[in-house]
Amino acid sequence: MKQYILRRVGYSLLSLFLLSLTIFLFVRVTGDPVALLTEPGASQEDIEAMHRQFGLDQPLWVQYWHFIASFITGDFGQSFYYRTPVLDLYFQRLPNSLILAAVAMALSLVIGIPSGILAAVRVDGFWDSAGKLFALLGLSLPQFWVGLVLILVFSVSLGWLPSSGSGSFLHILMPAFTLGWYFAAAHMRLTRSSMLEVMGSEYVKLARLKGLPEALVIGKHALKNALIPVITLAGINLVVMINVAVIVETVFAWPGIGRLLYEGVTFRDFPVVQAVVVIGGSMIILVNLLIDILYALIDPRIRLES
Amino acid sequence: MTVITPPEAAIVTVASAPRPAAFWRLKGFPLIPILILVFIALVAIFADVLAPYDPTIGSLARRFRPPFWQEGGSTAYLLGTDHVGRDVLSRLIYGARVSMVVGITAVLVAGGIGTLLGILSGYLGGWADQVVMRLTDTWLALPALTFAIFLAAIVGPSELNIILILGLVYWTRYARVIRGEVLSLKQREFVRLAIVAGCSSRTIMWRHILPNVINSAVVLATLMLGVVIVTEASLSFLGVGVPPPKPAWGLMMADGKKGLLVGYWWLTVFPGVCIMLMVLSANLLGDWLRVKLDPQLRQL
Repeated sequence: MKQYILRRVGYSLLSLFLLSLTIFLFVRVTGDPVALLTEPGASQEDIEAMHRQFGLDQPLWVQYWHFIASFITGDFGQSFYYRTPVLDLYFQRLPNSLILAAVAMALSLVIGIPSGILAAVRVDGFWDSAGKLFALLGLSLPQFWVGLVLILVFSVSLGWLPSSGSGSFLHILMPAFTLGWYFAAAHMRLTRSSMLEVMGSEYVKLARLKGLPEALVIGKHALKNALIPVITLAGINLVVMINVAVIVETVFAWPGIGRLLYEGVTFRDFPVVQAVVVIGGSMIILVNLLIDILYALIDPRIRLES
Repeated sequence: MTVITPPEAAIVTVASAPRPAAFWRLKGFPLIPILILVFIALVAIFADVLAPYDPTIGSLARRFRPPFWQEGGSTAYLLGTDHVGRDVLSRLIYGARVSMVVGITAVLVAGGIGTLLGILSGYLGGWADQVVMRLTDTWLALPALTFAIFLAAIVGPSELNIILILGLVYWTRYARVIRGEVLSLKQREFVRLAIVAGCSSRTIMWRHILPNVINSAVVLATLMLGVVIVTEASLSFLGVGVPPPKPAWGLMMADGKKGLLVGYWWLTVFPGVCIMLMVLSANLLGDWLRVKLDPQLRQL
């Protein structure tokens, strides 16, 4: 057990190392990092000062060491546009992303789980086909297209919902649905396949043999077991949602992390872009580690297998 | 004197297999998606002939004309004009070319890198395998769009850069699947016999492994086409994709977004429908191919 966890932690550290190395090398290899990290239109002295500050005359591994040391101490540099430390900006926007992700997740589960159950109980029936279509659209339609159509219908034509911004519950509905649809499709597919697997198991057959009403068999015996993988996926997806909302937040002008990334790209504010990518990637790596460990704690088969 | 028959002679007379049913009559054959994709491809190829106007030149005198069936529209500009008076139809037609070129080449780049590294990592094993797989894990942890935006912010937008970026972001998905296939192929008789026969690793990978993973690579490529096109459109929508004034569908939607609230719906709806049709078609075709050609990939 201890060995298993140690190995997982080792893999995650390796992943974090590769992540930072990737970012570091891409920034260095593609040209002069000073051009990215100094403000557009900086004076010659500023640029030279930057060169010294980054130690670009030193060997690469020394540069990498400085690069990673500053991240570990939480120093992501200054934003050119806002003139504040990038980390402050990040934490300022994070709550908005969390709210959006929470509502989107709630929507995706409320839609995804019941429709997944319905599809599994009535395989190849009407609801199964309808669910398949819903999932296909959710996984295929670009989010900016869904968002703009929603604005066209609910803001422009009907005038029910505000087209952008934040502040009230009504503001969050359209962005949350746009973000949640893709994940609802994923949760639906997983619920369906997981239910189908469980429905064929011995204990469900036994529950039926005992003469339990069908609703109880599905709702209690099958569902409880089928939901475990869905909840796991939802846990990972909550963290993913915080980091992939850039399109949704841009379309609806929602002031979260994604919007920060968009502003970073638009204003050529490179420290912001870099910070969002590094923090987002690290977050996902850590959540995967957490899930791996939790699974090993719950299920002895996993830790014995390796 | 014994006559040695050339080995070819022995295999010439193979009983002719029963004629397979015409492939387009197979159950669930995605005829409509294929027709849509072929149509978009033809439009992309013959854009110069089909487009009524130059897609990059507009005239402020004729801005925001609605489509011809609406009040104020004319049949001279069938689908209306945009904020600088460019013909929307012509831009859509040239936009098909951008989507097709970027989509197909980016999938080829990603597929090329991914298949190569997947085969090397699966066949050679050892530290090469470790390096490739850890890199794959790490890159997959980065949300694809975020990673692509980061790269685009570094290298700056151009059509070629977008293709390379998409290739760099998406090769990991090929590598993982192909590696899995190679691991099971390695256990098969024909590979073991090739090793016993003294074939070099390179020959085995090139002659024996590669042809057997091509099926999966093709299925993945079709499935990736949709993903890549959405990502390209998203990057263009955010302003870090195909640079203006080139007519990319995502860029057209970003431009049209400002007009949406004042009722210029045609600027966003038409390119949106184009992206939607293309991506849906690619995904439906990919799903069908996956089930038909490659049962191993069904769980993907």
